Amino acid sequence: MFGIGAAPSWLARAASTSTGRRKVLVTIFQRGAADGLNVVVPFGEPRYYELRPTLAVPKPGSDAANSAVDLNGFFGLHPSLASLKPIYDTKALAIVHATGSPDPTRSHFDAQDYMEAGTPGMKSTRDGWLNRALLPPAPKSSPLRALALGQSLPRMLRGKNPAVAVNNIVDFQVRDSASSEMFESMYSRSLDTVLKGAGKDTFEAVKMLKTIQKESYTPAGGAAYPTGRFGQSMRQIAQLIKANVGVEVAFADIGGWDTHSNQPFALSARLTELGQGMAAFYKDLGDSMADVAVVTMSEFGRTAKENGTRGTDHGHANAMFVMGGAINGGAIHGEWPGLQQEQLYESRDLAVTTDFRDVLSELVSNHLGNHQISAVFPGYQADAKKYRGVVAA
Amino acid sequence: MRATPLRKLLLPTFLLPVLIFAAAKNDPFRLFEKKLGGDKKPLHALNRLTFGPRPGDVDAVRKMGLKKWIDRQLHPERIPQNPELLAKLQPLDTLQMSTPVMLAHYPTPQLLLAFSQRGRADILPQDPALRARAERLAESLKRRRDGQNAEPARKSLDQLLDPEQVAVLRGTDNQGKIRLLTEMPEDQLAAVAAALPPNLRRPLFTNSSSGLQRKLLAATTPQQVIIYDLNEAKLLRAVYSSRQLEEVLVDFWYNHFNVFLDKGNDRFLVTSYERDSIRPYVLGKFKDMLLATAQDPAMLFYLDNWQSVAPPPEPRRRNARGLNENYARELLELHTLGVDGGYTQQDIIAVARCFTGWTIREPLRGGGFEFNDRVHDKSEKVVLGVTIPAGGGKEDGLKVLEILVNHPSTARFISRKLAQRFVADDPPPALIERMAKTFREKDGDLREVMKTMLDSKEFWSQGAWRGKIKSPLEMIASAIRATGAEVESAFILANQLQQLGQPLYRKMEPTGYSTVAAEWTNSAALLARMNFALALTQNRVPGLKVDPSRFEKLGAPAAISKAVLFTDAPVAKDLHEAKPAKIAGLIIGGPEFQRR
Repeated sequence: MFGIGAAPSWLARAASTSTGRRKVLVTIFQRGAADGLNVVVPFGEPRYYELRPTLAVPKPGSDAANSAVDLNGFFGLHPSLASLKPIYDTKALAIVHATGSPDPTRSHFDAQDYMEAGTPGMKSTRDGWLNRALLPPAPKSSPLRALALGQSLPRMLRGKNPAVAVNNIVDFQVRDSASSEMFESMYSRSLDTVLKGAGKDTFEAVKMLKTIQKESYTPAGGAAYPTGRFGQSMRQIAQLIKANVGVEVAFADIGGWDTHSNQPFALSARLTELGQGMAAFYKDLGDSMADVAVVTMSEFGRTAKENGTRGTDHGHANAMFVMGGAINGGAIHGEWPGLQQEQLYESRDLAVTTDFRDVLSELVSNHLGNHQISAVFPGYQADAKKYRGVVAA
Repeated sequence: MRATPLRKLLLPTFLLPVLIFAAAKNDPFRLFEKKLGGDKKPLHALNRLTFGPRPGDVDAVRKMGLKKWIDRQLHPERIPQNPELLAKLQPLDTLQMSTPVMLAHYPTPQLLLAFSQRGRADILPQDPALRARAERLAESLKRRRDGQNAEPARKSLDQLLDPEQVAVLRGTDNQGKIRLLTEMPEDQLAAVAAALPPNLRRPLFTNSSSGLQRKLLAATTPQQVIIYDLNEAKLLRAVYSSRQLEEVLVDFWYNHFNVFLDKGNDRFLVTSYERDSIRPYVLGKFKDMLLATAQDPAMLFYLDNWQSVAPPPEPRRRNARGLNENYARELLELHTLGVDGGYTQQDIIAVARCFTGWTIREPLRGGGFEFNDRVHDKSEKVVLGVTIPAGGGKEDGLKVLEILVNHPSTARFISRKLAQRFVADDPPPALIERMAKTFREKDGDLREVMKTMLDSKEFWSQGAWRGKIKSPLEMIASAIRATGAEVESAFILANQLQQLGQPLYRKMEPTGYSTVAAEWTNSAALLARMNFALALTQNRVPGLKVDPSRFEKLGAPAAISKAVLFTDAPVAKDLHEAKPAKIAGLIIGGPEFQRR
């Protein structure tokens, strides 16, 4: 993939110790509060159909293209997520239903903030859990070890570990190469330690990406990423993981889940994009998926009952997907709290039976190998007994 | 480390501060005892108290005398405002409007829907043109809400315009397009905007005049005009205001009392917030600013206090509301005492209870502060050891503010934060103590606190010299000022700020944007600075006009460097081969320009 001359020194070293290769965790944030009950459909629960007379996804088989894709006789995927079914069947995709935050807020702003900081109810946390989840850096760690696809660094990735926001691999450069070299020389000769260091990280990342920028990228296995920002983010994360440039954690987000009205069309479009993006990523990575886990999250779920404008309002629990080569897939984890009136949270929303941090802690600890969970999720009582078993032992 | 041996090494004097900066790690505050050379003082003052020097500024400060120049900046009302700025601000009419008037002119989708769904005709403005705009937009929103298709009645360009006009819009004559659209009646403009294919619409917006951009927004998404004006005004003032220190301070205090523009109603509350609750007090009394922000609907909404009510009696009704601690916590942690200011969770709860009932009248329609006695927690509270007796009302919150402004932690916290912006990321404790003493003795008079800082040896020390990394706003504004660029559309320029990591008014966290280096030195942001600098000096930044030939007139690379850095600095040999405009871009994107 690299010309030997172009590879920065740390890469040569990283490659020479490839046995110590680190795992990768990719997080996907569904901003706007996805409707978990129509994403992973409890079709075996008659109450679901009472609560959602116009919005419910039909039982499997009842209406071919529009009905739920059966997973285990009780739950099914929204038909627009059909692309994930083969991955579920190969046991590389797990679902944890009724997950969420112990904090009751129904504010997008606060709930996203809490989910990214990793400290529900605590606004004073300054950094994000995904930054804290990084292992202590290797002696010469990659400038791309913590990577966000997008214009800015998300809350989740901010903190003391260097993290890079890359909007587009192709744009991650100084526009003309002569100037790039001059800038690099100016920064490298600067006596200003802060800017010299930042410049070094930057140009190492630039150089690394330059090699990658030059090659046209063809996803493997005929993987077809959907058009749009999310698909491009997943495509570039896959490209960098496969290029072996030292990515340890990566972040992508996808918006448009706040479906207060005319939900069916909007949700279907979003799910198609999400499902195809994840499925293409899985196919593209192929065997490399053994070291990679992907997890989805959304700030809260939506009301169990549909509202008066063919939509749903802000609710509580949601569903999370976990995908990877070493995942206990082909299963729906967690406890199903039920949809009867008295089972609903504040009589209106799906109740949370799995703290989102139970899922993330298990991934951080058993997948990434960082066991300092109390530092990653301050205030959370780390306890392996709470883990749902999404990571294969 | 002393200066003499360094000179013997033949290092240029301009490198001294950085060496010293590096050396300071061992003994962090010793360099704040070392005086700054007199020749550096005017530039230092300009770097710290303005958004960067313009050509001629250093000499102007020297000529006026440093003391007099600083004194004038501390009394902005005595400085005549730059007429160029006033002319550029004049069309931005939302800046002077009260919130309800602003909403009548530039209604939100929520207001328009309330009108169309519930027939609330009283919501609509009386003015016939504004009324027509609101009715047209409400109709279009309603269509979008009811039907599957957004614009079923969308017409093609050919149906809306004559063939000659269509040819202009599809052609390459940008001025012709601007003229045609500017003269169009608003309803026709809205229909044309909807009919334009995206590949025509986007460049048209980017390349059109500020006036037309605004008109396009008003015709299609009027609430965007409010955000447009805010962005424009912020950048225009940073670049053009003669009252530079005032602008620096408005930016500082807005971030101290940060409100996130994209949180719901704050989209239309920030204009009056900054204008009425921040700007008037930046050189006034801290307690007045604190009270103004505490009662401002923008803050009440942002930190949820408007919904916070006394806990209802048991058993709780379904969906019953209760106490919300958000504002109380940030008030103590970020606005006054600081995180180590000596308060407990119990204090936060007590403070939250004192502020129950501080709410917003008619929040969707831009109403102001209101105290609702019915939801106020009337029981006794103890805040930081002070008992606030049962049976109180609005005055409970006022008492809390009084306790907080008089608390020694507040004096220290505010002084430290100011010193961090103006002196160094890690300011000397002795300076903070002197500033805090002034704060306490002068009743939190911020002009007096600034004076103590600006009279201090630490401010005028080698430890302070070039010790700060510019924020993206400071970087962009200072580059524009240094190169004499003209801002044609600050709104488009605001996109650049986003690339650099500081979208204006859009810091989601209540902390506001940081003034310390760590926040701004990530890779993507650094690359964005370099690319901005190269594009700027080669006149390729949309919204900005620079004359690249100005750099050729300067001559040698060293002269170009001095023209943008305002100080002598060595220019690396490899830069000599580049064209003058590119050399200027390299210097502006280089490490030295990132400091102030």
